Formats: sequence, structure tokens, C-alpha cells
Amino acid sequence: MIAESGHYALVLALGLALIQSIVPLIGARLRDAALMNVARSTALAQLLFVGASFVALVMLHVTSDFSVANVYENSHSMKPLLYKITGVWGNHEGSMLLWVSILALFGGLVAAFGNNLPLSLRAHVLAVQAWIASAFYLFILMTSNPFLRIVNPPIEGRDLNPVLQDIGLAVHPPMLYLGYVGFSISFSFAIAALMEGRIDAAWARWVRPWTLVAWIFLTLGIAMGSYWAYYELGWGGWWFWDPVENASLMPWLAGTALLHSALVMEKRNALKVWTILLSILTFSLSLLGTFLVRSGVITSVHAFATDPTRGVFILLILCLFIGGSLSLFAGRATSLKQGGLFAPISREGALVLNNLLLTVACAVVLFGTLYPLAMEVLANFKMSVGAPFYNLTFVPLFALLLLAVPFGPMLAWKRGDLLGVTQRLLAAGVAGLVAVAIAWAWARGGSALAPIAIGLGIFVIAGAVTDIVERTGLVRLPFATALHRARGLPRSAWGTAFAHAGLGIALIGIVCETTWNSEYIATMKQNDVAHVAGYDLKLDGLFQRQGPNYREMIAEFNVSRDGQPLSVMTPSKRSFTTRGSSTTEAALLTRGASQLYVSLGDANAEGAIAVRIYHKPLVLLIWWGPVLMAFGGVLSLSDRRLRVGAPKPARAKQRLQPAE
Amino acid sequence: MTRKQRRMTIIGGSLAVLALAAALVLNALRDSIVFFSTPTMVAEKHVAPGKRFRLGGLVQPGSLQRGDNLAVTFEVADGNAKLPVAYKGILPDLFREGQGVVAEGVLDANGVFKADTVLAKHDETYMPKDVADALKKQGHWKDDYGGKPAATTAQGNPQGAVR
Repeated sequence: MIAESGHYALVLALGLALIQSIVPLIGARLRDAALMNVARSTALAQLLFVGASFVALVMLHVTSDFSVANVYENSHSMKPLLYKITGVWGNHEGSMLLWVSILALFGGLVAAFGNNLPLSLRAHVLAVQAWIASAFYLFILMTSNPFLRIVNPPIEGRDLNPVLQDIGLAVHPPMLYLGYVGFSISFSFAIAALMEGRIDAAWARWVRPWTLVAWIFLTLGIAMGSYWAYYELGWGGWWFWDPVENASLMPWLAGTALLHSALVMEKRNALKVWTILLSILTFSLSLLGTFLVRSGVITSVHAFATDPTRGVFILLILCLFIGGSLSLFAGRATSLKQGGLFAPISREGALVLNNLLLTVACAVVLFGTLYPLAMEVLANFKMSVGAPFYNLTFVPLFALLLLAVPFGPMLAWKRGDLLGVTQRLLAAGVAGLVAVAIAWAWARGGSALAPIAIGLGIFVIAGAVTDIVERTGLVRLPFATALHRARGLPRSAWGTAFAHAGLGIALIGIVCETTWNSEYIATMKQNDVAHVAGYDLKLDGLFQRQGPNYREMIAEFNVSRDGQPLSVMTPSKRSFTTRGSSTTEAALLTRGASQLYVSLGDANAEGAIAVRIYHKPLVLLIWWGPVLMAFGGVLSLSDRRLRVGAPKPARAKQRLQPAE
Repeated sequence: MTRKQRRMTIIGGSLAVLALAAALVLNALRDSIVFFSTPTMVAEKHVAPGKRFRLGGLVQPGSLQRGDNLAVTFEVADGNAKLPVAYKGILPDLFREGQGVVAEGVLDANGVFKADTVLAKHDETYMPKDVADALKKQGHWKDDYGGKPAATTAQGNPQGAVR
């Protein structure tokens, strides 16, 4: 019954989405408020029905109803409850259902909290949301129905892929989807603006919080996924330039550009056409990411369920939306009024440079992702584009961007004084150079690139600090005054500083981890001692243990430094009987921002075991950076001007604050 | 500055960045991409020693030998040809004889493929797409290689070993 109800709710949601696609638009043409308001009720009802459908699938998984194919293939009655729930989106059908649920959630939020939007704008936005939703409901119902029954229900399920039986699955996909799908809102706003042929600074003010929310989730989602891969896969890698990872990085790059260009539009009413284009591109890249991941056209180390008919269907959706929106853009963009003037050296100019570098970096990633596919189709040979390609292309572009980051917030709007800003950034520059010298002396020569990159990271952080110091007058004015000014500073200024500093912190982590990572691989017997980066790890012994749906072999290491015992590390190797596969559970010991990382290989007949030990200096900075960026985003989101809507401040109070 | 000059400055700057990116990409394409080969293709094309490529195929049953200090040798076969592979390190959890594998590295002077990366995917029914396509092309595809059709394979994550 539950499965059929879930299926039925999904069909109803499709029906509602179809109504929402058409009726509000007719209403907008006829200027009929009642018809336009249909969008609001259908969006909320849609959310209700998709939510019900999703809850139905969760219930099927929790109750281990193996008469449903999706549950049989991805669940097991002995699986812990958490993984029964997260297993819902650990497979193709379920993750698509999560995708549309989040889409409906965003649609519902616009409907519920968009009261200060002009009626026709809201009708248009919700109609565009419904087009996207209809396409994906059709996709799920026609090619990937999660509620299919099996005629002869088996007694036991095939279990979830062991790698996915981790807390990471509970957090990473929902976060990533909140980011991906969140960009659909800015897309819908852009299409609505093109259809209405009207766009102004208020439009940017409405779009920015939604973009910011999506961006915060995407930032955290990518960072979380990277950390998950790092600890779960057992070889300490945190980014592989894999197509599936690129698929999430591209919307992030475009979304970051969009955040910044929307700022120009909001403050100076300039870059309108470009902002619209970026909104379209960002969501198009999210759709492309969905296509790449879901269709399996590209060989990825992240395996996904693939099926040609699904691929073709998503490709059709992709062509329809990207092609359609870009044609609409080409046809209508010229009719949008040009905005404010600015000199090349100005805050606007800096933001244009930011956009330029981000979009070009994004284009490079897109090229690297699609080039192997194009070559396979056109020239019929296979190849892969990996880290070396991106190190030679993406990295220099991003280094340029980072060099420019501290200048941006310090330049004045309209016409900036580059020389003055350079003078004010002198201290930050000196800090960067000192960091280069210290890092170089500490590393005793070696490649000069790593110390320079660390200096760049310090420069970015010091630049962010300088900006706050300048704004509060910390050095020039008495401390109490500075403190008062710091409190009065807009939250968005703090947000900018935190987000920019996060970039520098992540950069330092990346450089330290890749350059000064030490590694030890050997077969160890009981009481053997491994020496890694000043730490001594003694293998005390191997133990067997029975878990809920696996057996595991645990190795116990006593870690000490200079004879002082520190801790016990227990990496393990789990074998899952149902799938006949095993996973490596690495053990991590955190010391400050650095980590000691132990993972196990195979044990041989004499009781010796292959062991891999890494010392990763400052590795945690790689993820603290993005967390800081997201925190900056949250601060920016809580800024007063985003809560106070543009045209009707009195009614809009606390209305435009979307779900956090 | 007039409006036109300002616009030209911005367009000029954009073109400069684009040109820079194009130059970087073209430069990177010359030597940083890695081609995919099967043992048959290696035998036919006489790949020069020292050139990096990805080797894909099936691990020949009975060929896996473990040496001292985590050294491993095995053969990768695609039905027509075999190629010996040497690797030092921990093999991925799902590395099995008779299963698909992708290794990245270079040929040495003796014609042994020195792999520094071995990838196997974490799914018991899994066959790397590159390998499956290559086997199909050569007519050596058996349906049981892929196990069940893709509809039943779950989403997985990378499983590999990098040294």
C-alpha cells in the first residue's frame, strides 16, 4: 500500500506541476490575480505530495519491504536504522526523488515567503520552477520509478554498497542537492525577468539571498564530500579531478561568479545582462552535472547506476532547458536597459575581473571534463584528463584570482584608486613575503612554488584582515571607537572578510598537504614499529569483531612521540557478507590541524598485514577554509539589507529570509 | 574615459584572460593527457617506454604474485594479448583475479607495465566502462562479465590505490 500511495502522490505532484506550469502564465497575460495566485497554492501542494512520496520511500526502506525492487536492491534487514534511511538516496531512483523533493521545497519556500514579490514576477518564477519539476517528475515516473514491485518478493535484500554505509551519505548528497537545486531559483528568476522584459536592482536583491543559500550548501556539500572521500577510501586523497567532482565544482564556480555579479547589479544597477546569463549558466551546469552523474556517459571513479534510456531522457531535458533558456536570452537580452557606468579600476571592475577569472576557470574545467567524451565520439580513441591538466590550467587562473581577491573589497565603487589600495595592502603584502621566506627557510629549499603559494594564502588572509581593520579604524582610532564601528559594520562586510580568508586558509592546507605529506607503506607484524614524521606507531595486534552486517579485522596501534604515549589508533577492514565486498576504515589522529592517517591492506598467512600510514600536515585547513566561507555566507545572509525587501520595506520585514 | 573606451577596456581585458586560458589549455593538452589502451592496442601500436598511459583489461586468473615489501605482479589480458604489470603498494579492496582493472603508469624497457595507480571499482558486478567497451569491440564480451545489467548496480564511490 505504501509503495502505491507514494507512486500515486508522485503522479499527483506531476499533475499539480503541469497546472502550475501553465495557469499562472495565462493569469499574468490576462493580469488576473486569482489565476496568478494559483501558482502559490499549487507550489505548496506539490511540496506536500512530493514530500509524502519521499516519506513513503523512506518508510519502505525503514520497514525493509523487500517486495519493492528499490528496497530489495539497496537495503538489508540487518542494516542499522541510519543507513536504512540514508540508503534511500544511496541509489539512482531514490536520489532523483530527493532531487525533485528539494526542488519542490525551494518552490514551496518561494511560494510561502515570496509575499513581497510583485505578483506577476512570482507567478512567472513559480511557473518556470514547475517546468523543471514536470520534466523531472516525468523522468522519474517513466525511467526510474522507485516504487516498482517485485512479483516474488525475496526474503532478504542485497544490502547497500558498503562504501556508502557511512554518516557521510546522510549529509553529503542532501547538502549537494540543496546547492545544485537551489540554483534553480536564480534560474527561474532570470527566465521570469526575460519573459517579463523587466529587470532592476530590486530583482538582484530578491535573487541574491536564494543564490547565497544555494552557494552555502554547495560549498559545504563539496567540502563534506571531499572529507568523506578522504577518510572512507583509505588512500588519503581528497580531490581527484574526477568528472563527478567536476560536475559539482562547475556550478560552484559559476555560482560564486553569480553571487559577485548580483552584488554589482544590486548596488550599481550594472551588469544586468551578464547576471541573467550567469543565472542561466549556473543552473545549466547543475543540470549538466546531473546528466554526467546520472547517465554514465563518462568513465568516473565514482560508479553510478547507468542506463542508456535514462541518459537520453536527461540529455533531452538538458537540451530543452539550456537551449530554450539561451535562445530566450539571445532574443530578449538586448531589450534590457543598460545600467550604471563605471571605470575599469573600481569595485565593479574588480568584480568583473572576478567573474571573468571564475567563468574562464569554470570553462577550463568544463573543457577538461567533456574533452575525453568528445574525442571518444569524434576521433574514436579513449583517454583521460587528470590532475596534471588541471594543475597546468586551473591552478594558474585561480592563483591570478587569489592575487586580486584582497584588492576587490578595498576599491571604491565607480572609480577606484589602485595606488592607494596597494599602499593600504602593503602590510598584507609584506606578511605574504615574510611567509614565503619562512616557509622556504623551513623547507630548506626544494620547490619554490609551495612557499610562494603559502605566501599567497597569507596575503589573502591578511588582505581580508586589513579590510576589516581599515573599515573599523582599529589602528587609527581609539580601541573603544573601533569596537563600536566594528559592531556597526554591515554583516555582509564581515561575511566578505570571512569568506575571503577561508579561501586563503584552504589554499594553505592544500599546499601543505600536497607538498609535505609523508607516507609509509609496509607489511607489519605484531610489535613492529613504524616511524612517520616523528611519530612512532607500534602494532599491538590484530583482532576480529562482528558488526551488525559485517565482520571486521581491527589492528591496534599505539602511537607515541619522543617516547610519550599519545593515543591508540584502530584502523579496520570490514567485509560485508551480503555483497561479498570489503571496505577499509581508516583511523585518524588529529593533532592541531594535522592528521595521522592509518589504513590497512591485506593480511598474509603469517599474520603480517599491509599498512599504509600518512602524516598529513595542516590537512584540516582544506575543509576549515570552505566552512569559514560558508560561515561568511551565513553572515552575509543575515545582513539587514537582505531582510528588508527593496520596494515595500514595511511589509517585507523578515520575509525574504529563506530556510537556513 | 568615454563609454566606448571603457567598454573596450573591459572587452580587451576579457580577451586577454581568454587568450591566457586558451594558451594554458593548449599547452596542457600537449603533455598532460593520458591515453587509454588495452594489451592488444599496446602490442599493435608499439607504445614507447616511458610514455604514460592507462591500461585496462581483465586480471588474468592465476597470474597474481605477491613479492616482498608489497610488490605485486599480475597480468592484464583482453582476450588477444597479455601484458605483465608490476605495482608496489596496497591493491584496492575490490581487486580480484578475473575482474576488470584499470592501471596507470609507463612501460619499462623490458615491456613490463610499471603501474603507479591501480583502480578497481567498488561493486562486485562492476566492469570499468573503458574495459567493457574495449572487450565488446574485440568481440570478447561475455554477458557474465557485467553480471546483472546496470539497473541493479548501485551507486558507488571510487576505490583505488595511488602511490
